[in-house]
Amino acid sequence: MKKYIFRISTVLMAVFFITACHKRLDKFPANTLTAEDAYKDELGYKRVLARVYGSMVLTSQNAPATGGFGSGDVKGVDEGFSDFFRNYWTIQDMSTDMAKWKYADEGLYDIQFNRWNAGNALVEGLYGRCMLVITFANEFLRESSPAKLSQRGINPAAITPMRAEARFVRAYMYWALMDMYGSPALVTENDPFGTFTPPQISRANLFNWVETELKAVDADLPAPRTNEYGRADKAAAWAILARMYLNAQVYTGTPKYTEAITYSKRIIDAGYTLMGNYQWLFLADNHINNTEAVWTLNYDGVKSQSYGGGTFLINGNGSGDRAPLVQLCGLGGWGAMRATEKIPALFPDFTGVIDKRSLWYTTDQTLNMIDFFEYKYGYPTTKFRNRTRSGGFGNDPNRTFSDIDIPISRLAEIYLIYAEAVKRGGTGGSDAQAVNYINLIRQRAYGSNSGNIGTYDLDFILDERARELYWEGYRRMDLIRYNRYSEGTYLWPWKGGLVGGTAFDATKKILPIPSKQLAVNPNLKQNPGY
Amino acid sequence: MILKSMLTKSGAFLALLLVLAQIGFAQSRIVTGTVTDSKDASPVSGASVTIKGTKLGTTTDASGVFRINVDNSNTILVITSVGFNRMEVAVGSQSELTVGVTASANNLNEVVVVGYGTTRKRDLTGAVATVSAKDFVKGAIQTPEQLIAGKVAGVQITSNNGAAGSGSRIRIRGGSSLNASNDPLVVIDGLPVDNGNALSLINPNDIETFTLLKDPSAAAIYGSRASNGVIIITTKKGKKGKLRFNFNSQVFAQTAIKNADILSADEFRNLITTSTDPSVSAFTSKLGKSNTNWQDEIYRTAIGQDYNLSMSGAVIEGKVPFRLSGGYLNQDGILKTDNFNRLSGAINISPRFFKDRLKVDFNLKLARTENADADFGAVGAAVGFDPTQATTTGSNRFGGYFEFLDNTGRPLGNAPRNPLALLNFRDHSRKLFRSLGNIQFDYTVPFVKGLRVNLNLGQEFQNERGSFVKSDSAAAAYPSIGGKGGYRNTSYLERRNRLLDVYINYVKDIKTINSRIDFTAGHGTQEYFYYNYNTQGRYFDGSPNGPAPNLIANNSDEKNGDNGYMLISYYGRLNYTLANRYVFTFNGRADGSSRFSKDNRWGFFPSAAFAWRINEENFLENSKTISDLKFRVGYGVTGQQDIPGLYPYLAVYNQSNNNGLYQLGNTFYNRLGPVEYDPNIRWETTENINAAIEYGLFNNRVTGILEVFSRKTKDLVSVVPVPLGANFANSILTNVGNIEGNGFEVTMNFVPIRNKEMEWNFGFNVTYANPKITKLLVNDDPNFVGNRFDIVGISTPTRIDAVGNRPGSFYMYQQIYDNNNNPIEGLYEDRNRDGLINEKDLSVFKPADAPVFLGINSSFTYKKFNAGFVMRGSIGNYIYNQVAMENGVLNQLKIGAVPQNVHRNYLETRFVAKQELSNYYIQNGSFLRMDNINFGYDAGKIAKNASLRITANVQNVFLITKYNGIDPEINGGRDSNIYPRPRTYVLGVNLDF
Repeated sequence: MKKYIFRISTVLMAVFFITACHKRLDKFPANTLTAEDAYKDELGYKRVLARVYGSMVLTSQNAPATGGFGSGDVKGVDEGFSDFFRNYWTIQDMSTDMAKWKYADEGLYDIQFNRWNAGNALVEGLYGRCMLVITFANEFLRESSPAKLSQRGINPAAITPMRAEARFVRAYMYWALMDMYGSPALVTENDPFGTFTPPQISRANLFNWVETELKAVDADLPAPRTNEYGRADKAAAWAILARMYLNAQVYTGTPKYTEAITYSKRIIDAGYTLMGNYQWLFLADNHINNTEAVWTLNYDGVKSQSYGGGTFLINGNGSGDRAPLVQLCGLGGWGAMRATEKIPALFPDFTGVIDKRSLWYTTDQTLNMIDFFEYKYGYPTTKFRNRTRSGGFGNDPNRTFSDIDIPISRLAEIYLIYAEAVKRGGTGGSDAQAVNYINLIRQRAYGSNSGNIGTYDLDFILDERARELYWEGYRRMDLIRYNRYSEGTYLWPWKGGLVGGTAFDATKKILPIPSKQLAVNPNLKQNPGY
Repeated sequence: MILKSMLTKSGAFLALLLVLAQIGFAQSRIVTGTVTDSKDASPVSGASVTIKGTKLGTTTDASGVFRINVDNSNTILVITSVGFNRMEVAVGSQSELTVGVTASANNLNEVVVVGYGTTRKRDLTGAVATVSAKDFVKGAIQTPEQLIAGKVAGVQITSNNGAAGSGSRIRIRGGSSLNASNDPLVVIDGLPVDNGNALSLINPNDIETFTLLKDPSAAAIYGSRASNGVIIITTKKGKKGKLRFNFNSQVFAQTAIKNADILSADEFRNLITTSTDPSVSAFTSKLGKSNTNWQDEIYRTAIGQDYNLSMSGAVIEGKVPFRLSGGYLNQDGILKTDNFNRLSGAINISPRFFKDRLKVDFNLKLARTENADADFGAVGAAVGFDPTQATTTGSNRFGGYFEFLDNTGRPLGNAPRNPLALLNFRDHSRKLFRSLGNIQFDYTVPFVKGLRVNLNLGQEFQNERGSFVKSDSAAAAYPSIGGKGGYRNTSYLERRNRLLDVYINYVKDIKTINSRIDFTAGHGTQEYFYYNYNTQGRYFDGSPNGPAPNLIANNSDEKNGDNGYMLISYYGRLNYTLANRYVFTFNGRADGSSRFSKDNRWGFFPSAAFAWRINEENFLENSKTISDLKFRVGYGVTGQQDIPGLYPYLAVYNQSNNNGLYQLGNTFYNRLGPVEYDPNIRWETTENINAAIEYGLFNNRVTGILEVFSRKTKDLVSVVPVPLGANFANSILTNVGNIEGNGFEVTMNFVPIRNKEMEWNFGFNVTYANPKITKLLVNDDPNFVGNRFDIVGISTPTRIDAVGNRPGSFYMYQQIYDNNNNPIEGLYEDRNRDGLINEKDLSVFKPADAPVFLGINSSFTYKKFNAGFVMRGSIGNYIYNQVAMENGVLNQLKIGAVPQNVHRNYLETRFVAKQELSNYYIQNGSFLRMDNINFGYDAGKIAKNASLRITANVQNVFLITKYNGIDPEINGGRDSNIYPRPRTYVLGVNLDF
């Protein structure tokens, strides 16, 4: 008997020893948290919300881009390009007359020569960026459900506006996808993780979805100008609605100019005013007392380092061998980017003497972009400067990263939406009021009433938008709305890949669904023409 | 009467005996001698020395010394020893003699280390190759793997570049993974070591043998780490006997062989001044007046020295064998400022207790290396830098070096920096320290004959301290505007691993059924830890008290400790030999890895193999032709757990670093976000079938192995796209792919001449291994071309992992040529005939890795002289000549702020812009390299108990290739201004005393 007890206990001890030993295989990485740790308090929720917002600005958790390919949030594309604003801007402005980049970064020639297809890295990058921000927002919404909050003992009062903001950011991303790709995949917090294959949504249905979401979050978003800097309020949602309604004809075939007027008016009436100095909107300290910005993406040269935003605009547009330009704009120069002559030509002069918005660097430069591959053809702009109002430099002592907060919407754009919607037949506004708003913009530009207008037409609005909003990422959308994007009626240098410009296929008004996503998501159908 | 007669007879007999004995005594004398290995004069212990025609004999001691009574001068001594050819020596009148024995080609009774024990070579059933010290590559060998380069079929060793102390890439049969490691497991004295720097910290002089387990039937005992083969290194141990010292030293000189083919200063000047392109001729005013060959400026003749001293013997009344060794290597690189030095020491103590029942083996190896890494960027800078400029200006700015300046006197933006200044203004040192220690207890259990218990405890510690300082005088460190230049970064990295292994081994001969069994079963745990942090301080003014660097990464925390992983294993092996000629081996290992979730954590890796020693059969017993013949076949499954990431299955939230905060309100928040993961990720598994014939002909004067194998890896981990919205990234690491490959190896060795004075050995090996990807996506999609990678320029991927092709093949446009066979810029084959040239027209064009590689070696001994060579080659690998692509275009000269030199290839192509994806630049990289020629002279005894050997080598003697860049032997196949491999001249002395 004793013998058996001894044997059994030996076996039991051996089993115990082995299982205890096997437990050691449960290892957990340093400096990471489980979801339960991450959401243990209100601060945790806010830090995850910062991930949602910040994913439009920063390209990975290890900023700035550390390893080029593969290390960023969006895998397989050049991390430096994968900042939301930069990637969005690249397609909005570089596929038009706004800006040209001389280097052969992957996919960039094809964007600029209007000949991209579904394998294009920038097409893939932007789609990936938007969908990832959406996925982070969905995760936040899943983890902040009433059930999860009560389970974790978190006061819902503080989380409710955050949930509305997460939905707002998600809706903004879906708006960008609708504008660019037409019919992307639709995923919400109600969808499962992992093996799920997201369905596709048509452009018209997505329009309705975004509209419904932006209206639904209105109740929970703080009143205009009451939320913390950089966080969305009601006006931010209205601004996206107004912009969407202005382009509704393009998106769905049904015009919504009256709604565009309604929502732009709401913002105008919410107490925003134009900044006194146009240049201040694009300086390193543009976050200080900014009365014009409706919503911004926040960058910092030390704490929020990204190769997108102002970093890319200034460095890309500067050139190391143009010392005065580099000095003026406060960062280095990659010698890549210039505007085609079409944009400076919209101004009465190139030096900003008459119209202060005309900010171009002309020394050693040739206006006409007769050679795409040489920096000296075309004008770089000095609109974006990582300098402070008092003339100081930005926060980054190495002068690589920009502090400029990028306005996603500002009052001047809203004025111009109002004016265009009125001219296009929307009701609820007036021509006279529109002229008034336009003249507010022009008085700031001219420093006097000398630039004031009495009447205007739609072409004037297109040009005024270019003068006021150039290099802010609106041009493709505007040219499509005016039927001048792919058509032969308006040409710019290198349009369609020719120095004199040529029309390109109208199906290019919508980007293709990236081929890698088509390959792995059988629910997705390619857009026509690709 | 009878008795008397007997007495008389016996008396006479006795008398006769006495007489005979007296004669005998008169002529008998003692002869002492030493048996040495004729290759390197090292003592051969345990050799048997017998007098021919008698059964009288003795054996040599640990120093190879024997004493024997010899009757007369006609006596012939017969010396035999395992692993050496039988030798007969006439004593003559000598009283002291040295007998050099030569190694036999096929040492059947040799014991081979196979992991968790040993086996007799004759009983091997798998593809196991052994290279021992006598066969190592000779010369200035800085890292151990170079000792066997070209020596073993199926093993490809490619040095990373020509830098001092640079490591190598080792591939056994071409590798079996895509994204997981393709490095073989390295086991040093029973301790599996960490992959990073596994070998560079081992002094090659301390190594006794390499054993390579090439196929899973042999390697499966290492289970989840064996898919790429296993390299087992056994270091030299102490031997009983009198104290012996060995001192060897080498001095060597290295020189650059070939420069990139660029324009000379005059050609460059001429190209600019006569150009009809105004953008080019505009540079005329910027040309300098000098003729500088920048490539000659940055290279030098580099000197290196290597000193090694070892002491071996036995202490404590000669009972405890030990070996102590120390080495110092100091080597400059041919690129100025490049240096590598290594200080190493090793201790081995092998005491025996309880009448040798308990054997203890203690090994400790310490090494400290220091790399002064030169700025390898200077290699490319020297290619492009304006050759009409002088190297120095005489000004005291920028250290006196010529630099292009803007009109404010600052370094000009978008201009290259002086290559010499790049080298001289950089202070980058990496100091590595490693200790590798283990203690092994091997206890022969009493009462149960043939049973042993073995306990092995091991620990490895490695750290690396990096310091990277750039003076603020360096033009390259100037920020584009304002402020001071210069910076100081530091890094610290630590790797540790500890091992506990215990196994039992039972060997029994069962005579009744003519069988022998050899059974091993064990359990092991091994845990690896990683820790690192980096600091970065820019704006450093070059003084030691510059601003404190900022901590930018630190991967340890209080709660979870250091990152790492752990393996728990159970393993067993059964060897069954029937009738001395049918051998069966079964291996099995169960591994649990912390890298995978509970559901996928455990894997079982079995193997089975059979060998038939045909020459033991009756029908071959008397064959004069066939001296050895063996057939073997094996099947095995191995795993690969060394995949990217330590916790790929875990759902976690990570935090942003301090440059990745986001501002909400007035606060910058450390962002917290979910990380993509695959909860179901698991091992890669490789199945392998291997069959071989080993043969020896004409008394083993011709020996060889013919081996065929088929290998299939499934569940390859790969980063593949996933539907966006379903995971926290657009691609994740998951098990998707398959790779399959068949191959063969041919090894042959010949001994055309073997006699007392002369021996000539000649051998070659050829390997064909050409793995191909057979699956890459979970759901196959005909529109998915594959995963592109390997960026040139800003963001152009040049290679691809695509189904049906070798991993990492080039993915290019097909260049179109004019009537004179010159490439037409930008004109490519429109493969899909859609009128556009875009990425749909790219196609897989040639592999970067060679399907065929080979080694040829020979050694020749004549009396005291010997000579030998090693050649290596590969067939069918292709090189992307990125140097020609980037520098051989007019834009290189034209579009910068200052003119840059162009590659002579421009004169052929006349390309204006870079053509990054033209297959014009993919060139055949097949080569045959004379790796090493060596000579030796054995001066023999130069004093009492001291013998001397002198050696001379030339390494990297010549290269035969069609490739027109500098060197076609490039890991990854992309020639982008690689630090060129030098030619090395070596002189060495080896002194035993």
